[in-house]
Amino acid sequence: MIMHSIRRLIKKKFKINYIFRQWEWILIILIIIVNAINAQISPYYLNAEGLLDATMVFLDKGFAVLAMAFVIILGDIDISVASIMALSSVVMAVAYSAGVSMVASILAGLLTGTLCGFFNGILISRFKELSSIIVTLSTMSIYRGIAYVILGDKSVGNFPSWFSYFAWGYIGKTHIPFILVVFIFCAIAFGILLHRTTFGRKVYATGNNFEASLYSGVPVEKIKMIVFTLMGLMSAVSAIFLTSRLGSSRPNIALGYELEIIAIVVLGGVSTRGGVWQNSWGKPFAFPDGFYKIWNGIKKYSRSSYDDYYWFAFDYSFNYPQHIEQNDKKEKRDK
Amino acid sequence: MEKISILRNMYLNLKISKFKGIGLVFFILLLSIIIGLRNPNYLTVGNIRDMLLDTTILAIMALGMMLVIVTRGIDLSVASVLALSGMLVGLFVEKYQWAPASVTIFIGLAIGSFCGAITGFIVAKGKVMPIIATLGMMNVYRGLTFVISGGRWVNAHQMPESFKQMTRTSIFGIDFLIFIAILVYIVFYYFIYYTRTGRQIYAVGSNPEAAHITGINIDYILQLVYTLMGSLSGLAGVLWVSRYASAQSDTAMGLEMSVIAACVLGGVKITGGSGEVYGVLLGSILIGIINNALPLVRISPFWKLALQGVIILVAVIINAIIQKKVER
Amino acid sequence: MEDYILELKGITKTFPGVKALDAVKFNLKAGEIHALVGENGAGKSTFIKIISGVYQPDEGEIFLNGERVSFKNPREARMMGIATIYQNIICFPDMSITDNIFLGHEYINNYGIKRLLWKKMHDKAKELLHLVGNDIDPEEKMGNLSIACQQMVEIAKALSQEAKIFIMDEPTAALTQHETEELFNIVKKLKEDGASIIFVSHRIEDIYKIADRITVFRDGNYIGTWEKSQLSRDDLIKFMAGREITQLFPKKKINAGRELLRIKGLSKKGVFTDISFSLHEGEILGVTGLIGSGRSELAQAIFGIHPVDAGMIYIQGKPVRIDNPVKAMKLGIGYLPEDRQKQGLVLPFSIMENITLPVIESLSQRGWLRQSNEYMKAKEMAELLQIKANSVLDKVYFLSGGNQQKVVIAKLLAAKLRILILDEPTKGIDVGAKAAMHEIMCNLASKGYGIIMISSEMPEILGMSDRILVMHKGRIIAEFNRDEVTREKIIEVTINKRDFNQGTL
Repeated sequence: MIMHSIRRLIKKKFKINYIFRQWEWILIILIIIVNAINAQISPYYLNAEGLLDATMVFLDKGFAVLAMAFVIILGDIDISVASIMALSSVVMAVAYSAGVSMVASILAGLLTGTLCGFFNGILISRFKELSSIIVTLSTMSIYRGIAYVILGDKSVGNFPSWFSYFAWGYIGKTHIPFILVVFIFCAIAFGILLHRTTFGRKVYATGNNFEASLYSGVPVEKIKMIVFTLMGLMSAVSAIFLTSRLGSSRPNIALGYELEIIAIVVLGGVSTRGGVWQNSWGKPFAFPDGFYKIWNGIKKYSRSSYDDYYWFAFDYSFNYPQHIEQNDKKEKRDK
Repeated sequence: MEKISILRNMYLNLKISKFKGIGLVFFILLLSIIIGLRNPNYLTVGNIRDMLLDTTILAIMALGMMLVIVTRGIDLSVASVLALSGMLVGLFVEKYQWAPASVTIFIGLAIGSFCGAITGFIVAKGKVMPIIATLGMMNVYRGLTFVISGGRWVNAHQMPESFKQMTRTSIFGIDFLIFIAILVYIVFYYFIYYTRTGRQIYAVGSNPEAAHITGINIDYILQLVYTLMGSLSGLAGVLWVSRYASAQSDTAMGLEMSVIAACVLGGVKITGGSGEVYGVLLGSILIGIINNALPLVRISPFWKLALQGVIILVAVIINAIIQKKVER
Repeated sequence: MEDYILELKGITKTFPGVKALDAVKFNLKAGEIHALVGENGAGKSTFIKIISGVYQPDEGEIFLNGERVSFKNPREARMMGIATIYQNIICFPDMSITDNIFLGHEYINNYGIKRLLWKKMHDKAKELLHLVGNDIDPEEKMGNLSIACQQMVEIAKALSQEAKIFIMDEPTAALTQHETEELFNIVKKLKEDGASIIFVSHRIEDIYKIADRITVFRDGNYIGTWEKSQLSRDDLIKFMAGREITQLFPKKKINAGRELLRIKGLSKKGVFTDISFSLHEGEILGVTGLIGSGRSELAQAIFGIHPVDAGMIYIQGKPVRIDNPVKAMKLGIGYLPEDRQKQGLVLPFSIMENITLPVIESLSQRGWLRQSNEYMKAKEMAELLQIKANSVLDKVYFLSGGNQQKVVIAKLLAAKLRILILDEPTKGIDVGAKAAMHEIMCNLASKGYGIIMISSEMPEILGMSDRILVMHKGRIIAEFNRDEVTREKIIEVTINKRDFNQGTL
C-alpha cells in the first residue's frame, strides 16, 4: 500500500509535459536535426556502420566529460584535464618503451592521472582562498610541462598491436566499436553514481549550497577531493583511448581539449554556477559534438565553415535552457 | 588643479588597497632578485625594456578581461579576435602599401569593437552563458581568420616599412608600445574610477539584482564591457602584427589563458564584483617576467612550461597567505 | 483630500494564479510613522514593491501630495522622494560605502572634464553617516560591515537622495535589542525632520514602541487602520492571524536531567574568551547579547566549523575534540544556522532531500539510495512539525519562511541528536509560525533534548529559557535563572558593561 502511494507520488514528477521540458530532449532533437542535415549534405553519411564507426573518433574525450560533469556540478572547474591526459599518455608510453609490460604501463598511466587529480583536490580543499580555476590553471602548465620534461619534443609509439583494439576494435564479429560499449557502460555507471547513491546526493548538495551542506554534516572537503581525484582517473582513461587511436604519444596531445570538454558538459545541461538546471539524467551530450565532426570529415569542409555552422546551431540552442530557467524563476515568484 | 587631485586620489587609492597587492609586489621582487643573481644581464635597462615591450600586449588585454570578469563573465575569444584583427590589418597593409600606419590602429580598433559587440550582443541580449558564447565565438573568429586568409601568412617583406616601424619608434622618448599601454591604462583608470559607467560595471558584477533595482541598464553594461574587450583585442592584434612583422591564422593561440591568468594573479575575483587596475598591471608584469626570464637563466625550453605553472601556483599561494596575515 | 502625503486606493495586483493584493488602501500623513503589519503572505512585500515602483498595480491609484502618479520603475519612485530600505539589504558588497550611497546620483563636476568628485562624496558620506550615528570610514567595503551598519548606510543613502518618504521593510529583523533602540532613535529623528515612515514589521513590541498608526493586511486584503492607542496588542494579533493565538511562550518548568554538555574555558583569539557553561537534558539555555558579542561564533565553534584555540568540551562527561561538523553531528550536536536560505537549505532540493541530507547514510544501504526509506522518514518529520506543503517532494524554495524554518528543524530532528544549538530560531517568521516554533522547542525539551537558544528577542529569551547567559565582547558577563530574571536586569548588565567599556577606552 505505502509503496504504491510512494511510487505514485514519485511518478507524478514525470508528467508528460515535464518530460518534454527536459533539456535532454532538446539535445536529442538537436542530434536528430544535425544528422538529418548531414545526411542531406552527404549521401554516404547515413548508414549504421558509418555512424557507429564515427563514434570511435570522438568518444575518447567522453570519459573525461563524465567526470567533468561531477566537477562542474560541485561548482568548480578543472582546466588541467587535457594536461593530465597528456601526462598520463606520456608516462604510459615511456614506461612501455622502457621495457615495462603494456598492462603495467596502462596501470602506470591510470595511476599518474589519479595522482594528478588528487594533487588538484588537495590544493583546492587545503587552500580555501584559492578557487579551482586558479589552481587548475597553474597545474595545467605544470602537468603538461612535466610531460615535456619527460619526453621533450619526441614522440613514442610502437605499442603492441592489441593496444589499438581500444580505439579501433569491434566487439566480436559485430560492427559495434569496443569504445562505444565501454563508454556506454561508464556513462551508465556515472549516471547511477550521481542519481542512485548517497555520494551523488552529497555532490549535488555541495554544489547547490556549499555552506548548507557543511552545516548538515556533509564532509564537503572529502567530497571535493574524491571528485577531483576521479576527474584525474577519468582523464587518464581518456588518455589511454586517445593514445590507442593515435598510435603514439607526444607531450602536446589533447591540446585545447579542456575547453571542448567543459563545453560539452555545459551543453549537457550542467550549470557552471554549480548544481544543475534540471535533473540531468542521460549523458548523450558527447554525441552532438562528435557528429558535427564526422560530418565535417565526410564533406572535407574547411575547419572554419564547420565551426560557423556548429556554433550557430549551438548558440541558438543555448537560449533554450536559459528560457526554462527564467520560466522556473517566474513560477517561483508568482507562487 | 584637477590633474593634481586625480593624482592624489590615485595615490590614495593605491594606499588603501596596497595590502592586497603587497604579496604580489613582494613576489615579483623576490623573483627578480633570484633571476638577477643567476643572470646579471636580467636586471639591465635593456632587458627590462624588452620585457616590458613583450608584456604590453598582454597587459592591454588583461585590462579589458578584468572588466569582463568583474561583471561575472569571461571572454575566451580574445586571442581569436586578436588574430582576426591582425590578419585583416596585415592583408590591408599588404594591399594598400601607402596607408599611413596610424590608420591601421583605427582599423584594428574598429574590427575588434565589432567582434566584441557581437559577442556582447549574444551575452547581453541572447542571455547565453559567457563561457559558452565566447567559446563559440572563439571558434567562429578563428575560423573566419582561416577563411579570409585562406590559410596563408602575411610575411614581413609584404608589409610596408612604415607599418613595421610603427612599434619600433618612440614617442616623447618612450617606446611606442609602452606609450600606448600607458595611454590605455590612463584612459581606463579614469573610466573605471571617475565615470558613472565605470562604477556601474562594478555594481553589476557585485550584485546584479541590486543593480537592476538601482536602475542600471545591465544589458548595456554587458554589451559595453565585451565591446571594450574586443576593441582592446583588436588594438592588440595590430600591435602584435606590427611588432612580430607577420600575420598568421594561428597567431596567439592559447593567449586567452595567459590573459585570464594575469587577471587572476592580479587579484581579480573570478566570481565578479572586484578587481583593481594596479592588480592587473602587476599580474601582467609577473606573467611577463616568467615568460621572459626563464630563457635568460638558461632553463631548457622543456622545463619552461612546468616552471611557469609552479611559479604561478606559488605566487597565488603566497599572495593568499600574506593577505590572510595582513587581514588579521 | 486630506493632508495625506501619500495615498493608495484600490490597489490590486494579481500574479498568475494568485491574487496578491485585493483592492487594498493605505494612506500616510506627513511626519508620521505608520506601521504596516501582517503575517507572511499577507501581501506586505508586494505592496511595498508597488509603492517603490518595482511592480506596477493592475488596478488602483497612487496619489503623491494629492497628485496622481505612477511609477514605471524603482528609479522614478526614488526621484519622487520615496526611499525603500529592503529586508534583505540590497547593496553592493564589493564596493565602498561611498559607492553604495551615491550610486545612481554621484557628484560630477559640471565644468571641464566630467569626473566623479570623490573627495566631495567621501566628505558627504561621512557627514551622512555621522547623522545616522555611525562614524565608519566611508571608504570601507560594504561587505565588511555588520547588517546593522549596512542598514545605517542604507538610511544614509536615502538621506542623500533627500527622500521624504522612507519605507522600511522589517528593519529590526536582523538587529539586536540595542541596535534596534539606536535605529528607533534615528527613525524618530527622521520624523522630527518632517519625513514620513512606513514601517513594516513582525515584532509587535517594535510596532507599539515606534508607530503612530497601524494598518493591518491579511491574505492580500485590507483589514483596517487604527491609531496606536485604539488597538490593543491582543486585538492586533487577532487581526493579523485571523484567529486567536493564546500562548506565545508555552515553556513549562522542567526538572533538568543529566548533564549533556559542558564547556570549559573555551577561547578563540579575537572572538571569544574563557567561555564555560553546562547544559542539561530537558533544558533550554538562552544566550543573548549584542550582535558581535561572539554568540554565533561560539555556537559555530562548538559545532566544529571554526575550531577553537583553547578549552575543553565534554559530552556526557567525556572530553571530546570537535574540529568539523561531521564529527559534531556524530557526537549528537546539531546546529540551526541563523541564515536559513544560505546555510540551512539546499533550495533546489525537495523537502525530502533536505530533511534526509544529514542522515542519508543511515537511510541507505551501503551507499545506495533507498527512496522509500527517505520518503517515509521525511513524511514522518513533516507530519511531526506540520510542514505545510502538497507533498514532501515539493521543492523547498516554494515554501514560506516559517515552513522553511521547520524543514531545517526537521533536518536536525531526523538526525539522532541530543544537543540542539538554535541560532535565532524565530527570526523573520510570523506570529503563528513563531508560536508553533516555540511549541516544538518545548516538546523537544520535554523529550530530553538539551537546547541552546541564541536570540536577540528579549520576550523570547525571557519566556522560553530555563537559564540565560548574557554575552558581551566574547565573554559571558551574566547568568540568570528563570525565576530571578527580568528584562530590566538584562538590559542593565549589557548597558552597564557597554558604558564601562567605553569609559575605559
